Amino acid sequence: MSDLHNLSVKALATLLQTKEVSAVEVATRFLARTGGNPHNAYLDINSEVTLAQAQASDAKLANGTAGPLEGVPVAHKDVFVTRDFATTAGSKILSGYRSPFDATVVQRLRTAGMVTLGKLNCDEFAMGSANENSAYGPVQNPWDTARVPGGSSGGSAAAVAAGLAPAATGTDTGGSIRQPASFCGITGIKPTYGRASRYGMIAYASSLDQAGPMARSAEDCALLLSAMCGGDIDRDSTSLDMPTEDFSASLNNSLEGLRIGIPKEFFGEGLHADVRAAVDGALREYEKLGAKLVPISLPRTELSIPVYYIIAPAEASSNLSRFDGVKFGHRAKDYTDLVDMYKKTRAEGFGNEVKRRIMTGAYVLSHGYYDAYYLQAQKIRRMIADDFQNAFKECDVIAGPVAPSVAWRFGENANDPVADYLADIFTLPASLAGLPGMSVPAGFGAGNMPVGLQLIGNYFKEAQLLNAAHRLQQATDFHLQKPAGV
Amino acid sequence: MSKLVQGYEVVIGFETHAQLSTQSKIFSRAPTAFGAEANTQACAVDMALPGTLPVMNIGAVERAIEFGLAINAHIAERSIFARKNYFYPDLPKGYQISQFEIPVVQGGEVSFFLEEGKETVRKTVRLERAHLEEDAGKSLHEDFIGQSGIDLNRAGTPLLEIVTRPDMSSSEEAVAYAKELHKIVTWIGICDGNMQEGSFRCDANVSVRKPGAELGTRREIKNLNSFKFMQQAIDYEVRWQIEQIEDGHAIQQATVLFDPDTGETRAMRTKEDAADYRYFPDPDLPPLVIGRDWVERVKSEMAELPRVMAERFVKDYALPEYDATQLTQSKAVAAYFEEVAKQPFFVSADGSQKVYGITIPKLASNWIMGEVSRRLKAADIGIDQVPVSAARLAALISRICDSTISNNAAKEVFDALWNASGDLVADVGALSVVDSIIEAKGLKQMNDTGELEKIIDEVLAANPKNVEEFKAGNAKALNGLVGPIMKASKGKANPAQVNALLMKRLG
Repeated sequence: MSDLHNLSVKALATLLQTKEVSAVEVATRFLARTGGNPHNAYLDINSEVTLAQAQASDAKLANGTAGPLEGVPVAHKDVFVTRDFATTAGSKILSGYRSPFDATVVQRLRTAGMVTLGKLNCDEFAMGSANENSAYGPVQNPWDTARVPGGSSGGSAAAVAAGLAPAATGTDTGGSIRQPASFCGITGIKPTYGRASRYGMIAYASSLDQAGPMARSAEDCALLLSAMCGGDIDRDSTSLDMPTEDFSASLNNSLEGLRIGIPKEFFGEGLHADVRAAVDGALREYEKLGAKLVPISLPRTELSIPVYYIIAPAEASSNLSRFDGVKFGHRAKDYTDLVDMYKKTRAEGFGNEVKRRIMTGAYVLSHGYYDAYYLQAQKIRRMIADDFQNAFKECDVIAGPVAPSVAWRFGENANDPVADYLADIFTLPASLAGLPGMSVPAGFGAGNMPVGLQLIGNYFKEAQLLNAAHRLQQATDFHLQKPAGV
Repeated sequence: MSKLVQGYEVVIGFETHAQLSTQSKIFSRAPTAFGAEANTQACAVDMALPGTLPVMNIGAVERAIEFGLAINAHIAERSIFARKNYFYPDLPKGYQISQFEIPVVQGGEVSFFLEEGKETVRKTVRLERAHLEEDAGKSLHEDFIGQSGIDLNRAGTPLLEIVTRPDMSSSEEAVAYAKELHKIVTWIGICDGNMQEGSFRCDANVSVRKPGAELGTRREIKNLNSFKFMQQAIDYEVRWQIEQIEDGHAIQQATVLFDPDTGETRAMRTKEDAADYRYFPDPDLPPLVIGRDWVERVKSEMAELPRVMAERFVKDYALPEYDATQLTQSKAVAAYFEEVAKQPFFVSADGSQKVYGITIPKLASNWIMGEVSRRLKAADIGIDQVPVSAARLAALISRICDSTISNNAAKEVFDALWNASGDLVADVGALSVVDSIIEAKGLKQMNDTGELEKIIDEVLAANPKNVEEFKAGNAKALNGLVGPIMKASKGKANPAQVNALLMKRLG
């Protein structure tokens, strides 16, 4: 089968279960495609490990102990620690770091039978919206290699779009799953905060970080999400003690009478016309499917930018303190004393955006500024969450754009971090509220670049989001389109 | 009113780090064993490996609740863990997880007795708070030339930091507080109290001021790991501060270390280099919620607290408050006392349950706080190793009560019990053991009136001067008669009986 790499997770799983293909065959095909590291999507590949896992899967498929996703390949964003692959979080400071344990999400997907293809490039410590902040070079957007893939899970989105993996894990702190999924024309979901364990996920902003799957379709995302979620309270205190769900069960539910809230703040001045047109098109499809569009308001949408860029750097400044050259990772070669070692190690090891956020974070937490910045931001964060609860009195899901524009060209925002920050405006509110959100391909905009529709659900309503996304994908074929040459 | 030192009032507050006696660390499952090979008791979480997260050890929370109950404090229904951010090689995460704004234990107090001059006064130190936090690792500077080693075995060990209000006004009072606190935490078993191993570390905040003036600038003496050094360090610090002020220098807020070799304190860092710890609530740990039912359950499972036991001793054994407090300094001593007090005693000759006006439990208390404790101290052993069983001490007291032996003779018997206990057959009743010693040493009191009267007659005849003086109204002259009588009886005469017979003859 020459088009194995274009098959969905679901199709691959079926072929594997019926033994029409072997896990080794599938893995071999994907490994072959990663040769030469197209789009700089991967940071670590180890064919020996991958093939050994595939062989183990074949054995399980043969003896009837196979998991539901047995033999289907997956690749992990490099912020998930892995025993068998290096883990760098896209940073020089963790160059060559090898974790003695697997992240819970990695472990769970292995238990479900998935074979690990390798580790995927990302913005350093997941800080960025364009994957331009990786210490190992930017990732190209497979739709136009002169453009960014989005970030921070840029490698994950590019790998799936380019057929370098049928599915990938991502992490979303302020939009890092949804925005690159939108930019690369794939589907991605960030579940409710606490649904997926954060154990083994290198922390950027602990109160916001959440793992989720990225794949071509909502159907595939549902399969991965069912395997990824579930309580992990012995290892992650913020993990919710609730069993996972079968998110595939309700994919085909009717959307008749579904109330879709349209926040007016998501359709304001900053929204590019091409994106707006694609989003409007998707919303019309929903009306055809029986859903009702309800105008709503999320009045503090604009405030989510300053709030996020206070809280996330504050937590990051503390989370990244452990990278000090003492225990693991990079240590400067020449230093005069302890403080000099710290300074040189961190100056050499961290990139500019990471340094910028550490400094911002340390500043907003410092004595005399804490109340004015951090405390105030926490108050507004609660108000933003309240705004959503008010909105959900009138609607079941909320829909809007993922980002104001399609993927931009490399270098366009490179010297303007604030422009990057502003591009996060539509994804930040759901992150701050801890709500599930997803990106669903909704058409194409300028330069024939993909546009994503964002769906936001209430807490624990992932099944409803996936249902809405799946029904759209039954009625449209945006998610099936591929960049040239894939 | 507190006593003054050179016209200055001394103000002391304490911060004590009590290491909680859990098997595993506060936020990981690594063991807390002391003295293991470096870095063998630290897991991925303790080493702050990327991706690791803290998970609260419920055992540490329960111990904090027990402490709160023991000192009559408020147990917060919702307390918050915060990150204290600073860089140090033995602090693997670059921050310490502690409680900052809302601690788990709030308020409470610790009471104890203190000798002030000839008086024994009861003092109460109010507590500000007690909060849970993790310990750091250790930097090892000695075994590495030009480098430092890091041992993370201690990293993540649970600590309860116990903070007082500035309620103490002398080093004696501070030490008495520390001893009482040590007693409480070891009594309820939340801390092994081993000061050498750092399980109970005290920091003292010391300042001085003229009476009525505002609080002076304080200096914090760190890591006082023995009661002896505690007193020396505070005394030195007080003298130093007064000297500085008298010389016209202002006290700078500082952290100081006590050097036991020189007996001096010296500044480690001043306020100018104080770090900004950038405290903020730890997003990895939800608020610690402790419901009333949890507190009630812990309460119902707790052993009797020292102050409750002391109250009971006052009630059940009619002991003075001081005795009851002293006897409840340790669980083992209290248990020993109760065992002695519960033995079947012979009723004293007059059936009053009193000997020389002292109740039997009080007599037992006197023996334990006196002879027993003196001997234990001299032998440098604990009450758990006391060679005189409670039954034998009770038998000895019985023989004092029924006038078989005098108090002085009893000390000799006690001495024999202490030293010869190994030789005494275990299955012989305690009373038989005591009686056989009295017999062997010929210590039995002379209760035969005829024999005693004969001795009295002889002494009266030999000391006519004293007899005359007494008859002339000099009561003291009687002592000159009692002495020779006791001597002639080889100490076996019952002093009460001697007195009574003398009065009869001379009266």
